[in-house]
This record gives sequence, structure tokens and C-alpha cells, in this order.
Amino acid sequence: MAIPENKLAFDGGWEYDPAPESTDHIKIKKRYGLFIDGEFVKPAKGRYFDTINPATEEKLSRVAEASQADVDRAVAAARKAYRTSWGRMKAAERGKYIFRIARIMQERAREFSVIESLDGGKPIRESRDVDVPLAAAHFFYYAGWADKLDYAFPGRTARPLGVAGQVIPWNFPLLMLAWKIAPALACGNTVVLKPAETTPLTALKLAEVIADAGLPPGVVNIITGAGATGAALLQHPDVDKVAFTGSTVVGRSIQKALAGTGKKYTLELGGKAANIVFADAAIDQAVEGIVNGIFFNQGHVCCAGSRLLVQESVADEVIAKLKDRMETLIVGDPLDKNTDIGAINSPMQLEKIESYLKIGQEEGGEMHQSSCRVPKRGYWCRPTIFTGVSQSSRVVQEEIFGPVLAIQTFRSYDEALSKANNSPYGLSGGIWTDKGAKIFHMTQQIRAGVVWANTFNKFDPTSPFGGYKESGVGREGGLHGLDAYVKLGA
Amino acid sequence: MASTAKRQRIAVAKTYKIYIDGKFPRTESGRYFTLEDKRGNVIANMCRSSRKDFRNSVVAARKAQASWAKASAYLRGQILYRIAEMLEGRREQFVTELVLQGAGRRAAENEVDTSIDRLIYFAGWTDKYQQIFSAVNPVSSSHFNFSVLEPTGVVSMLAPDNSSLLGLVSNLAPVIVGGNSCIVLASETRPLCAVSFAEVLQASDVPGGVVNILTGFRSELTEFFASHMDVNAIIYCDGGKRVATAVQEEAANNIKRVIDRTGINWSKPEAGHPYLIRDTQEVKTTWHPIGT
Amino acid sequence: MALAAVKSSTRFPDLSTVPAVDEVGVNERVARFQSRSIKKASKVEALKLVLSMIDLTTLEGQDTPGKVRQLCQKAIHLHAAMPGLPHVAAVCVYPTMVAVAKKALAGHDINIASVATAFPSGMSSLSVKLDDTRMAVDAGATEIDMVMSRGAFLAGDYHYVFDEIAAIKEACGAAHLKVILETGELGTLDRVRKASVLAMHAGANFIKTSTGKIQPAATMQVTLVMLQAIRDFYYETDRMIGMKPAGGISTAKLGVHYLVMLRETLGNAWMTPEWFRFGASSLANDVLMQLVKQSTGIYQSADYFSKD
Repeated sequence: MAIPENKLAFDGGWEYDPAPESTDHIKIKKRYGLFIDGEFVKPAKGRYFDTINPATEEKLSRVAEASQADVDRAVAAARKAYRTSWGRMKAAERGKYIFRIARIMQERAREFSVIESLDGGKPIRESRDVDVPLAAAHFFYYAGWADKLDYAFPGRTARPLGVAGQVIPWNFPLLMLAWKIAPALACGNTVVLKPAETTPLTALKLAEVIADAGLPPGVVNIITGAGATGAALLQHPDVDKVAFTGSTVVGRSIQKALAGTGKKYTLELGGKAANIVFADAAIDQAVEGIVNGIFFNQGHVCCAGSRLLVQESVADEVIAKLKDRMETLIVGDPLDKNTDIGAINSPMQLEKIESYLKIGQEEGGEMHQSSCRVPKRGYWCRPTIFTGVSQSSRVVQEEIFGPVLAIQTFRSYDEALSKANNSPYGLSGGIWTDKGAKIFHMTQQIRAGVVWANTFNKFDPTSPFGGYKESGVGREGGLHGLDAYVKLGA
Repeated sequence: MASTAKRQRIAVAKTYKIYIDGKFPRTESGRYFTLEDKRGNVIANMCRSSRKDFRNSVVAARKAQASWAKASAYLRGQILYRIAEMLEGRREQFVTELVLQGAGRRAAENEVDTSIDRLIYFAGWTDKYQQIFSAVNPVSSSHFNFSVLEPTGVVSMLAPDNSSLLGLVSNLAPVIVGGNSCIVLASETRPLCAVSFAEVLQASDVPGGVVNILTGFRSELTEFFASHMDVNAIIYCDGGKRVATAVQEEAANNIKRVIDRTGINWSKPEAGHPYLIRDTQEVKTTWHPIGT
Repeated sequence: MALAAVKSSTRFPDLSTVPAVDEVGVNERVARFQSRSIKKASKVEALKLVLSMIDLTTLEGQDTPGKVRQLCQKAIHLHAAMPGLPHVAAVCVYPTMVAVAKKALAGHDINIASVATAFPSGMSSLSVKLDDTRMAVDAGATEIDMVMSRGAFLAGDYHYVFDEIAAIKEACGAAHLKVILETGELGTLDRVRKASVLAMHAGANFIKTSTGKIQPAATMQVTLVMLQAIRDFYYETDRMIGMKPAGGISTAKLGVHYLVMLRETLGNAWMTPEWFRFGASSLANDVLMQLVKQSTGIYQSADYFSKD
């Protein structure tokens, strides 16, 4: 079947009116200090920076810039808490503290969702229905492990490492915080965490929850800042365990800097996942999976299905359906409950994405974007696909971190597999087929840490997540996520 | 104390019913037995449940079990946490009941606290026991082979006689954490906490029928708890060889799984462990070819 | 508004090309439709559109001319207190009641749909079903809602099912044909998809989910699968096919969710009573209540809306 002209009319007719989420119940302070040793304190050098709403370019708040002295102070507080309170507490009691954090997050869920959308640009529907519930669920899950570590490591005794230094990205701010802090605390460690500089607010809100939950001071410390603060934290001599989620470029430099220090580390880096659609797939659900894989959360997802490999015999059909589906995606105000795709997180990220759009076209790729309107102010990118690209194209090889999908065809199973694995990355992959045997064969052979069969971008606190190759080392979530935060003795 | 006598308020005493299918009926037999304190004062008239109450409970338990098992582990965990929250909120009521039944105040408080913590403990297992007890098996043919635990179904339970609350909680929690439904016969000598615990369950969004709690005589009901053909497993916590033999003989009718929990000190911390969950689970192994 | 019967392409389809359907994926897509938030003017517009798409239905063994007349009155006068409302698309009755409906609706632009072919079970001979159909058409039905032979379908006798639909289509003459798949008896979404393809190729003008006589009746899941089948058929043949979910849609909120699903699957061309209907009876009153609430800001009581 040749690619038909887009015959369905999605424009005009009955359209959805704005359905804004209310913001009058949330509280954002004008200025935030650093959360160290159980209270908010002023930064040593008195410097602050703005955090803005990427959908409106308006300032939301000012947050502190943590200098070396602040990092030292935070690590010292974490060390003290490890030695005197948290590290000596009965495991079951630790668990009950973590359970409190989870419960309070649930109680304040809507406030967290709204702030997450304001600060980072993701649609309220995503933060409300996915980010915040999953974050709370992570705390619930790991709360339960605190007094059960004896069962997690047969034949070994698990002990905490000490102080964990953690740096998280801006794409799922609260969720990434939960992925880091929950297991660390459950295993008996104390924490100093730095949220991304463009999305600090939900972490600072969580500091309030930590205080409300009555955790002893110093168990969790939240310091804000940019690259320099992160580097100071991860290289601090009194940090026993480093956890970083971010780009492969930065991950590489961190691993280098840690060489010879004896510190344990986990790195959760970039990806360029192949989403493979076979002719015998449930095609309509596969199209939905493709859309879910690359367009939701504006494509700011390390495990995004940013390469589509579609079997040639159904390529035209799949691409036609994909284009139709793209036309129904609503790009706009993150606080509108109908928005599917929100704002690009920052002007820097938008610039990066736009440069790839140029590169893709210069490389000879054919670019197609959905025709939706986008607001005047703010940072936006319409859902985009590239056809006519190949393994050697930069848009196929390099992580763009935006709603941009590179599409290639394949003829045989082996070809699909080979193309999928032909990458320095190995975070995730998707396979769409109705044939079970093929699924298990491919999951065995794909070199990626997470393989989604007939689904995509599914996360659960019980399910381990992490990459092969340059997508990182270590796993977060599930039983295997405990490894990172313990040392195993006889 | 004439003035105090005038101000003295007549208390409203509680009726101790049984708990079937999420509701609190009286025993269909209309019979009762009297619970007395150490001094011979009447504490309450308890329902003397009949085999028909048990039969109705099994029907309710069977009806509720499938959807309870299908509920996500996360949801079951949330409900268990809620049970703990509700019990914490009613701490005083349970301490009072334990004291009425003859416990010292200190011991009663410990028992309630340990029960709450044990519920939290098992809540934390709902989404983990599968991870430690399942297996992917490296068979030599080209098959993906995995073994998972599934709930055995409907479990009948003779709760420990000498541990009114903690013994009950310690046996009940692992059963429902694992996706089973159950019918419990409360301690015969100390039945109060079981009935009040039923109220806690109801307040915690435990779906009706998942837990059913009866009060009554072991001598009348053990036979039915052990022989019912639509019960998949039986847990008993008391009695010597004679009781054990009787239970096991009746249970053999439908190859009921028989779980002996006699002689356990429930107040020790190590009395709570995940093998209690595994006891009421079946292992299902699935094969699927690996190939293109 | 008479609907012209479209010439049927009675070529048996290649069923091996019908795509598989993944239930979990369908559920996820449906959940996204259900989390759309339809407010203000777009909500009012949607509610009115729902009203205009209703086939007001009575299909009871105890139906009498009196009952049918009252239903027709309701169809014409939905709610006196709110002028300017659209009227419903059709009334739907048993063949023996068609003449009564025709008389009661004389002069009004409301279609008369009749069930036929031994509704609801379809367990009779072809000749009985043809007579049933002709009787309804002769009495004045402009639309025929037939039931697919589920037994034959489940037994794999697809040619029988196809031929039967084609024969009934011919007996309809100028009346348009809706084919009821009875999705609640088909069991899986794969079968719903396959039945849809079969029915469309055999000459259906509309495919319809259910008789409303068994549970489950219409669900958003089966409706989505059917809409996707319609879309593929349109791309393949350039022919539009209508869709009607029936039974179990009793709230305005759910009706609006269906419209969201329709809009985002087939687009604007299908957003009219010519191509989409709701088979419902109590839906109308809930929609009316919501319309009044939208215009007054006050939550309504069922006491203020006529129950016919």
C-alpha cells in the first residue's frame, strides 16, 4: 500500500477549550536556601540564581548556589547523621521514616505535580498521572526493603556504604530524586542530593516533606547549583558512593575523576534506543508505542525510542498512521490538562534540538512535523520525524533529547537486531511483534538494559532500570537496585 | 460519692459479632458463649459460630479471592499499610481488650505495637516476595522458562489461642499479602481482638470476603475447617498430635495444604518472615520457545 | 434526512491481513481519551453533538404502541425548558412497532431505525431474517440494525457470515444497514477487528457494537478497535463507514469521552449523526442535565427531566 495522502481531517471542527489546572493552592517561596542538616540555610557566598517556567519564560523563584563550602557543610551533616542517628537506627524504624515520606508525598501530590510542570515544562497530565505517583511508589517500595536486606543477598550480609552524593537531571526531577534517595536511605546511607539547575523546586519542596516526616537532621540534604556544585559534590573525599544520571559526556568525566578514589558509583547516562516494529505486530498499538516512546515528555527521556526500525513491508502503513496520530498531539501550556507535549526544558536544550533538525535535513533526511499551533512565548518543538536517514546519519547516531524520531526500514530479523545493537549506547529497546518466540529471542540478543516488548516507557519501582555500554553502569529499581547502596560482607 | 454517682455516665457496651463478606452479622445459629474475666465478670457474649457460618464464609472467600489476587502487589501493599495505620489509631482500644482478657498493661502495649510493626513488615513484602522466591530456569532446550508464585486460593485458619492479636496478625497478614482469601477462627479463650480487628480491616478498604472472622468453639468447627472441599489450605497453631492428626486426615479429602504453626513465639521479631507467605503459594512454571 | 444506500463491494476480504490487536495497548490508549478535560464552550458543543447522535431506543418484549408513541414524543421534544436543542438522530424499535413510530414522527426529520434478523440472538433461518428485514423496511424503517451470526463467526464460518450480511443488505433496499457484532460475545479484540472487516466488506453502512441485551455491551475498547478498522477501510477503499456503540452509555461524561475518541481516531468528517450514533435510552436525560448545569452553574436533579 503506497503512502496515502493524509485523508483524515484533524484540524478545525470541535476543538477542546483550555482546561487549566488550578495553581492557587500551591506555595512556592520567593527564595530558597540550601537544605542542610534539617533546615534551610543561606549559601556561604550569598549567591542565588533564577529558576524559570519554560512555557512562559517567567521567573518562578530564586534558589541558592552552593559553593565548595556549602558542599563541605552538607557532606559533613550527612556524615554526622550517618554516624550518630541514621546509621545506628533499627532497620524497621528507618523503613517507617521512609514510609512517612511516601505517604506525605501522596497527600501533597497535586501540589508537587503542579510545581513539577511549572518548573520543568512537562504536561500536568504526565506529572499528575505518572511522575508523582511513581515517585511516591518508589519510596513505598524501598521503605519495605529497609528491614529485609538479609533476604536480598543470599549468603551475604549487606551493610550501608555511608554518605551518598547524588546528582540528578531535569527531565523527571522528582522521580529521579525518588530513584536516588529511596534506595540509599533504605540501605542505611545518608544523602546529599543536587537537583538540576533548571528544575530545583520539587526537590526543595521534598525537603519540606523530609522535615515534616521527622527524619533526623542531616539524613537527607538538598543543595542547589549547577555543574560546579555537582562536580564538587561527586568528587568530595568524604562521599562514599556517587550516583549520577545525566549525559554520557558528563558521565565519562565523572568516571575519570573518580579513578583511584575507591568510591562506588552508578551512572545512568544517555541512549538512542531502537524501537523495532515487525510486520506481524499489532500495528495500531505499535504506532501508539512509537508515539509514547519519543514524543511524551517532549522526548526528554534517556530511554526514549528515538530510532524507529520498521519492517519494510509495513513501513508505509506505519508511517502514515504515525503522521495521523501526530496530528492529534496537543503541544502547549503544560498546565492545560489536555496538553500532550509540553515545553522544552530550557533555551539551551531547544537550541540543541533545533541544531539537529538542521543537521538532519543537511544530511539528506526528509523532515516532517505535525501541524499544530504552538504558543508565542516559551520554548517549543513540534513532534518531528525524519525519513530517508540511515545508520551513518548523525540524527540516527546521536542523542537529540527532543521529540524527534529517526525512521529506518529493515527487511529481516537479523538486520533489525544488527542495526539496533550498532550503537555505543545500550539503555533500552522496543520490539513489536505478535510472535512470542521472536520476543524472547530478541530480548536475549538486544544489548540493552531494558527491553520493552509490545509496550514502551514503562516504569515500576520493582523493575530494575539501567544501561549496557555507554548508557551507564548499575541498575536502579527492584531487587537489583539495592546493589548500588550496600557493601556485601560474609 | 453521691455527686459523682449523679454525673456517672452509663457506657454503651459493644456487641461482638462475626465478620463475613465485609459485613458484621450474628451467627445464623443464634447461639452464644460467655467470655469472662479473671474474676468471673462477664466481658461479652460472643457468637458461637456454626458450620453454616463457616460454609457461608467459604463462599464469600472464594468469590472475593480471584479479584484480590489480580489486584496489583502495590495496591495490596497500600491496603496493608492502611491496616497498620488504622490499628495504630485504635491502639488504646486493643490494649484495653488485651488487658480485659488478662494481659498486663505493659505486655498489652508491646503486643499491639509489635502487631502494628508486623503489619508494616508484611506490607513491605507484597511487592518483593515474588522477586526472592521466583526463578528464571536455565533449561537446556531453547525455551524461556520461568517459575512464579501464585496464591493457593482460600485458606482456613485456626488462630493461635494464646495470642489474641499478634498471633492473629502474624498468620493473617502473610496469607492476604500473597493474594489469598481466608476464614479465621479466632482464639477461643481470647476472641475480642479478632472481632475488633475485623473492624480495622473493614476501615482499611480490604474488599469484603477477603478476610472472614468467626468466633466459636474449636471442638465444633475444626472438622469443617479441615474438611471443606473448596478450601485450599489450612493453618493451625495449637494442639498436640491428636489435633494435628485429625486435621491432616480431614484435609486429605481434597489434598488440602496443611500448615503447622504450633509452638511459635509470635512476639519474637524473627517470628515475622517471608516463608510464612510462601507457605500459602503455589509455584507455576511456564515454558515458551525462543526463536524467530 | 434519508441516508442513501451505498453500493456494496461484495468481495470477500483477505482476513489474513487483519492486524492483531493488543488489549493492554488498547486500554492505555483509551485511558488517555478518558483523561481529556472538556470544558466550557467545547463541553456544551460536545453535549449537543451527543444529543444529536442518539438513537433513542426501546427494545422490550413489553413494548406497546403507547410506549413507542411516548418515546417518539421525547425524541421530538427533549426538554421543553431548554429551547434550541438539536433533536435526536433516530428512534430504534422492533419491526412490529415501526408503523407506530412512523406515524408519531410524521413531519419530523428523525430517522426510524428498526432492529431485524431475529434480534437479539439471530438464531433463525435466513428466510425468516429476510422477511423480518423486509417487514421493517416496508413499514417505514429508514435504517436496519441487524445482528451478525456470532455462532457461525466463532465456528470460523466467515463465508456464511459474509453472505448473510450481503443478503440482508440487499433486502434493505434504500434503508441503510447497521451490522451489530455483539462484541460481548466475541471475547477478544482480535475477533472484534476481524468481524468489523468482514461486515464492512459485506456491505454494512454502519458497524455497531451490541444489542444491549447482554453484558458487556459497548465499551470504549471495542469501539476504538472498530474505529480503527473503519479508518483502515477508508484508506483502502475511500468509503466511509459509520459507527454506533450501543448499550451501557448512560452518562454524558462517557458520551463526551466517546466523542474525544472519535475525533482523535477518525477526525472531523465523522463527527456528525450521519456517521456516528449512540444507541442509548437514559443518556439523553443525563446530557440534558449537564447542559442545564453548564448554563445555570447549578447541579440538577432527575426529577426535572421527563422520563418517557
